[in-house]
Amino acid sequence: MNAPLSRTWDSQRQSRSRRLERAASLGFGKEIPVDRIIDLLEAVIQPGDRVCLEGNNQKQADFLSESLADCSPERINHLSMVQSVLALPSHVDLFERGLANRLDFSFSGPQGARLAKLVQEQRIEIGAIHTYLELFGRYFLDLTPNVALIAAQAADAEGNLYLGPNTEDTPPIVEATAFKGGIVIAQVNERLDKLPRVDVPADWVDFTVLAPKPNYIEPLFTRDPAQITEVQVLMAMMAIKGIYAEYGVTRLNHGIGFDTAAIELLLPTYAADLGLKGKIATHWALNPHPTLIPAIESGFVESVHCFGSEVGMDAYVAARSDVFFIGADGSMRSNRAFSQTAGLYACDMFIGSTLQMDMAGNSSTATLGRITGFGGAPNMGSDPHGRRHASPAWLKAGREAYGPKAIRGRKLVVQMVETFREHMAPVFVEELDAWKLQKSMGAELPPIMIYGDDVSHIVTEEGIANLLLCRTPEEREQAIRGVAGFTPVGMARDKAMVENLRDRGIVRRPEDLGIDPRQATRDLLAARSVKDLVRWSGGLYAPPSRFRNW
Amino acid sequence: METLDFRFDSAPVSRAADPALCGVVGSGNLEILVQSGDLPNACQVRIKTAARGFGDTWRAVLDAFATTHPAGGTRIAINDMGATPAVVTLRLAQALAEYQGGAQ
Repeated sequence: MNAPLSRTWDSQRQSRSRRLERAASLGFGKEIPVDRIIDLLEAVIQPGDRVCLEGNNQKQADFLSESLADCSPERINHLSMVQSVLALPSHVDLFERGLANRLDFSFSGPQGARLAKLVQEQRIEIGAIHTYLELFGRYFLDLTPNVALIAAQAADAEGNLYLGPNTEDTPPIVEATAFKGGIVIAQVNERLDKLPRVDVPADWVDFTVLAPKPNYIEPLFTRDPAQITEVQVLMAMMAIKGIYAEYGVTRLNHGIGFDTAAIELLLPTYAADLGLKGKIATHWALNPHPTLIPAIESGFVESVHCFGSEVGMDAYVAARSDVFFIGADGSMRSNRAFSQTAGLYACDMFIGSTLQMDMAGNSSTATLGRITGFGGAPNMGSDPHGRRHASPAWLKAGREAYGPKAIRGRKLVVQMVETFREHMAPVFVEELDAWKLQKSMGAELPPIMIYGDDVSHIVTEEGIANLLLCRTPEEREQAIRGVAGFTPVGMARDKAMVENLRDRGIVRRPEDLGIDPRQATRDLLAARSVKDLVRWSGGLYAPPSRFRNW
Repeated sequence: METLDFRFDSAPVSRAADPALCGVVGSGNLEILVQSGDLPNACQVRIKTAARGFGDTWRAVLDAFATTHPAGGTRIAINDMGATPAVVTLRLAQALAEYQGGAQ
């Protein structure tokens, strides 16, 4: 028999104590003076640490990120960064300045090109590109942070935190770190004697620092109705009549973009005229999209749970507590982890856009020279095989996919795209750029955002392809070519086979749905400008200045 | 700029009203003028476009239009500023309906 292993069982706690002692020896209490933040970071962060830097495509711990980037690479190096989004210049500075060399993340919108360059120069090692839920999950398994740098709205003297409407990713980050011997440091916008509510208890927080300016928030989900085109209105009409109405979709998520904004603005007009109020689009996992205001005010929407908040929407959201999740203090609490869970398991439909789609229906937003990642789209845009509860939409889709004796249903995963993007770049392609990107990244897999076998429908200006009803890979391919318009892959369709698919209702044209494309005008939009949205909100929506032109 | 000329066989237009103008010359958009032509069973099209090198795509888009719509006996002039085929198809349908006095 082996002797019992001789080891210490609290090395993480001991390491934590040593870090806190180093901070105490430098005279630090819980509240850190803003001009000494670098001293604190250098005292509690060690070379080789795994550091979680909070930041999503909305809220950013930008002051802590800039401060970490200004630390000495002699003192702090070989950090392994874990973070939802690589969005700020300082996020990339960490790698360029030699403080960090490994990255596990979900999304890197604006820094995609700089990231690709660092990968090619082998100055950054990418562990993996995740979905949000995968990354949050790994915080509790093999990517638990040693140190978390987070953003909060306010702290009190004890260190309790109020996160405000942009709660977002903070709860899982703090929980994983605080309960596994890690250090939690929060930048706050203000110090208050009494918080409106406590989102994070003080004993999970080690240090707070009053940031010189409020944390950055990007108005990512605001779409100006003035920019919605007639083609987008046409596609929205097809989606509402051909998918929302036919499946009776009540629980759903919308991706970002003008295509889905058009749908939101047609609910009080076109969908209401079809008698669909109360029958579709009642329960949402969605950020507070300003373009949803008219549908909410028209009584279409019963409930919205949010991943984060949206700049300018706080007062409107707070005044609609029947719809949004509002605390006793009167402000919203969002939660990305829970909203993503709702999007994965509790929604019957995801509908969103993409940049490229191949003939198997795989889609990707990765293009050459840019590593962008996925965010939450693959969580929402996938059929969860573990789902058990039934709903009419889920059952109907399941029977279309697996036949009348199906033992499971099917989530609707809808990709909505105009066949050409700007500058005549075709969306439909024989091969995704993701494959070339895989080679240049040295990655194990191509960065595919939505897998083709998860996609149920494709909506383009030419029509709707129902992939659930396809019985062979050839049918699937021709159904996709059949709605790919005048792109090269669309023109290479087998016309007879596409007509056969049309006879079987697998490919449907606007006229097959009883839609006259000439009626697709902007007059159908419930709001045609940001000012209209403000009016619908009764003056509660306060758009950021760049969306104001009056 | 590039100028393209096409002629497509098409069933005669059902009713002709006054010349019809549709759309605007703006980025990603186009202007279409439909007038009566000399060939009752053909649709003649002249395109002035800011985007060079898309002749084959124009041919395919217009051919599909002339096949699915009765556009014989029309002369169509297009001023294009990089409209996508989706926009072109929609505008052509709107312009032809306008030309027919909103009928169809």
